[in-house]
Amino acid sequence: MSAFLDMGGYAAFVWPAYAVAVGALVALAAISLRQWRAARAEVARLEALGPRRRGGGSA
Amino acid sequence: MDGNAAPRGSSLHRFANPGRFMRLSGAMLPWLAALAIAVSALGLVWGLAFAPRDWQQGDTVRIMYVHVPAAWMAMGGYLGLAVASFVSLVWRHPLADIAAAAIAPVGAVFTAICLITGSLWGKPMWGTWWVWDARLTSVLVLFFLYLGHIALTAAFDEPDRAARPAAILALIGAVNLPIIKFSVEWWNTLHQPASVTRLDAPAIHMDILWPLLVAAAGFLFAFASLVLLRMRTAILERRARALMLARAAAARLPEAMPA
Repeated sequence: MSAFLDMGGYAAFVWPAYAVAVGALVALAAISLRQWRAARAEVARLEALGPRRRGGGSA
Repeated sequence: MDGNAAPRGSSLHRFANPGRFMRLSGAMLPWLAALAIAVSALGLVWGLAFAPRDWQQGDTVRIMYVHVPAAWMAMGGYLGLAVASFVSLVWRHPLADIAAAAIAPVGAVFTAICLITGSLWGKPMWGTWWVWDARLTSVLVLFFLYLGHIALTAAFDEPDRAARPAAILALIGAVNLPIIKFSVEWWNTLHQPASVTRLDAPAIHMDILWPLLVAAAGFLFAFASLVLLRMRTAILERRARALMLARAAAARLPEAMPA
């Protein structure tokens, strides 16, 4: 196990490479999900507010 | 997002409710995201723990399983950005602008991963974090093209107006793609030439190729999931904007609009 963690002496390069890749993608996914939830909440708020609903598109 | 710009009625309605896309993408996204997580995990664990170490490079070769798929996503993503921009300019398909704006940040993140992991690989193998050679410099330019696209898209209050200049920037930047691809053949560089994406058979062993392809498939699913999610968000944001403009217009009818 420690040989695996040691990565043949290159642990300082291999592990950060994987951490950066996974970390960056997880962070982007988290940010994107938060923006999605915010947009969904905003649309729900406006649709609940408005007497004017967007059904078929009155100009 | 203060809705003070004049509404361009019909085009806003066009953008406001692409219901078919929302239905389809909403049904696909959970599966795509699950595949992205499962297949990426499989490919990365395979590369990290089970793929053979290189007789020259030792365990640093494991960096390849994130570096190369990230590089493919960086370039493939830009190709997607260029195609979406072309469609946006020529046919003015409303989803094309939304796709381009969604691709740019995802492509930028994959390009950053490619650059950072490449640097972490270059230090032990080349003896340097960075060289200003053709391959590395052209990928750095790719990163800045993505950032430029993001900045340009964000610079306009009204998303419709950003589409055209952003699309033109994306198409001009597309000349960088063949430069990246062939940089390792046209110029002297520390970077090795292509091992997989060649016209003849790949020049690497199947024990290395398989985990690489699995990791790449996982990254592709991740790329697609993130782009779909961001497109869906952009569509909802436009719908919210259209709703606000409609409310403002309705409020203006009986009395003056509040400043």
